[in-house]
Amino acid sequence: MNRIYIKFTALISFAMLIIALASCGESKQSGAMTASGAAEKVYVAPGEYDEFYAFMSGGFSGQVSVYGLPSGRLFRVIPVFSQDAEKGYGYAEETKNMLMTSWGFVPWDDAHHPQLSRTNGVTDGRWLFINGNNTPRIARIDLTTFETAEIIEIPNSGGNHPSPYVTENTEYLVAGTRFSLPTPQEDVSINEYKEKFKGTLTFIKVEPTHGTMSVAFQLLMPGFDYDLATAGKGKSHGWSFFTSYNVEQANTLKEVNASQLDKDFITAVNWKKAEEYIAQGKGKVMKTSYYHNVYDEDKQTAISYKKDEVLILTPEECPGVVYYIPTPKSPHGVDVDPTGNYIVGNGKLSADMSVYSFDKMLTTIENQDYETTIDGIPVLKYESVLDGIVLQPGLGPLHTEFDGKGFAYTTFFISSEIVKWKLDDKSVVDRVPCYYSVGHLMIPGGDTREPYGKYVIALNKITKDRYLPTGPELAHSAQLYDISGSKMELLLDFPTIGEPHYAQAIPASKIVPNSKQFFKIEENNHEHVTKKEADAKVVRKGDTVRIYMTTIRSHFVPDNIEGIKVGDKVFFHVTNLEQDWDVPHGFSMMGARNSELLIMPGHTRTLYWEPTRVGVYPFYCTDFCSALHQEMQGYIRVSPAGSNPELKWWTGD
Amino acid sequence: MKNRIKLYALIIVAATSTLFFVQCGGGDDAASNDPMKNKGIGPVKTVTIGEIDQTMAAEGKEIFDSKCSACHKMESKYIGPMLKGVTERRTPEWIMNMILNPEEMLKKDPIAKQLMKEYSAPMANQGIKQDEARKILEYFRTVK
Repeated sequence: MNRIYIKFTALISFAMLIIALASCGESKQSGAMTASGAAEKVYVAPGEYDEFYAFMSGGFSGQVSVYGLPSGRLFRVIPVFSQDAEKGYGYAEETKNMLMTSWGFVPWDDAHHPQLSRTNGVTDGRWLFINGNNTPRIARIDLTTFETAEIIEIPNSGGNHPSPYVTENTEYLVAGTRFSLPTPQEDVSINEYKEKFKGTLTFIKVEPTHGTMSVAFQLLMPGFDYDLATAGKGKSHGWSFFTSYNVEQANTLKEVNASQLDKDFITAVNWKKAEEYIAQGKGKVMKTSYYHNVYDEDKQTAISYKKDEVLILTPEECPGVVYYIPTPKSPHGVDVDPTGNYIVGNGKLSADMSVYSFDKMLTTIENQDYETTIDGIPVLKYESVLDGIVLQPGLGPLHTEFDGKGFAYTTFFISSEIVKWKLDDKSVVDRVPCYYSVGHLMIPGGDTREPYGKYVIALNKITKDRYLPTGPELAHSAQLYDISGSKMELLLDFPTIGEPHYAQAIPASKIVPNSKQFFKIEENNHEHVTKKEADAKVVRKGDTVRIYMTTIRSHFVPDNIEGIKVGDKVFFHVTNLEQDWDVPHGFSMMGARNSELLIMPGHTRTLYWEPTRVGVYPFYCTDFCSALHQEMQGYIRVSPAGSNPELKWWTGD
Repeated sequence: MKNRIKLYALIIVAATSTLFFVQCGGGDDAASNDPMKNKGIGPVKTVTIGEIDQTMAAEGKEIFDSKCSACHKMESKYIGPMLKGVTERRTPEWIMNMILNPEEMLKKDPIAKQLMKEYSAPMANQGIKQDEARKILEYFRTVK
């Protein structure tokens, strides 16, 4: 009797489970092709490498994260604009200067658009650039070390959003001001916006061998909001394009007031022409203030240079440099196809998308077919530059990438989808939903002359029910789609760090052969290097004590130190003597008010410490380095202020 | 019948594992256990030793001081074994292979495996080149 009852109950529970599962399926869509088919396409066997590196902006985390494609595995977070205790970045004396600005030490930024360096319009795997939006900056990451090598501040900018968008041979990076400002700054009423506020578009020269950045010139522009940018390619090489909205020049409730006019602009800049004017001595030097921080590989230390002037060009005095192309309804992204001819303006409040032709733009300029002129900038006739319209493709178009096979892929934020359309006849051929609210998208090389049209990644702002809940704050996400066939197929969801605004991807084969494994100790010219254990020492000069320390598996030299006093200024200059791959050592000091150090093989890093309490305190290695890692530790004796202890140190014996 | 299948299975397993050991075991034979015959595993097959070249030895000492002395002392055990007289205990090839190819040596060479058990700290690969290892060997020959 009992048995039958149990069986019956089990049967009912099973039925309920089936119903429950079925109803779950209704309320929540996977969106993926069959699970096994998708899994096979993204599966990278243990120990195998991914086909692509993907570099994603960390958004308000200020960093860059590195993923593998197609697996979606996270390999690394590269600290760029934010201090990172994990790696001691921005805490160690060597890297603090990287975060210096004209405002002082700013240990955070809002990172938006990664851009890989290029040669002949194709990614070359040398550097990755990314903009900081809040305190206007651009950083350069060295792709042999995956470390930030340089950060330059952008003067006369109120927020660096349309940036860095590199040109075909990495001649220039660009920066544009998202917020126009009184330029130069002055104490004026915000209501004087239309009269007093100006925008700037900045061109940053990149030195071809070492990648060193310098501000070449700024264009002083009408006080609009400059939003996104792209560089010309092929036939349009020599031009850069920016979107601008708030042509209304509203300074309050922009949500409404900056959306009044039917058309805003794509700003086309002929930078080769600007170079000619500069060669003729055109332009005025303006006093300003910005910082340029460069990591000196030889000295293993970032050095900050304070700059105080910038060359300004005005469009009125330099005819032929700047033109406006009318673009419907607050354009966001502007994107140029691999041939360099099609310029796609994504008017985010427009029902249709306008596609322009570079050839037609040149003809329009030649014929002086202008609608009007604003501050010396000709506004080209819309119909004359227009190549065609993609009719009602979706709601809220933001960004477009290309597959190199004649198709464009545009994201639609409001209708949360990617739409594939044909560049030549502007017909829509496919659409897939994104989960949810997609911003940028990225095809590896999809903004270059040679896209790898195998995958597209949607970078989503909202994940809602896609992952296990983690309290009120949820991850942003990336979604990987297969675009090798005629229909786009969703393969994989994976969470991202901060907000992944934009991303770049490159075949692994362009990076792997150049990846550095360790730094040669004989090439270490750090001011406070200790090249062998015999040279380890402690030196006092007044109340400054410098500890020249070495690490190797698994001991510090010295590991016992006496003669330090409360109130001393102590610098631990720690050199990692290892000369092998994947053997960093860590260093942490109890009571130090910064972070640990993480020291790569052959590197020297410095931790600053002010002892505040009398006693004996430990330090240890934080990065598991060998079977005897737990033994990698030492002690420092701290004597009272004003006492006169003997300075001594030892290891062993 | 059942027993016979078992027997076959056993034979197959035994044969495969023998093959495996022959291929991967790294030759645990008499020569590799005799320290003055064992040449170790690595890029160095033969080394010709002549009169001590003092210039080479001096250069070797410099490399040793910067890349090896954090773990090895001449006069005493430290993190690794004492090195005084090492050329009288090991072949020149073994010494150089231990410097150049420590990971594989620690896994496969019987003497290196024994040392690993004794010292617990694995010999580090210090990225030394073959000509540098030869100079270090020359330096070792001067310390007896």
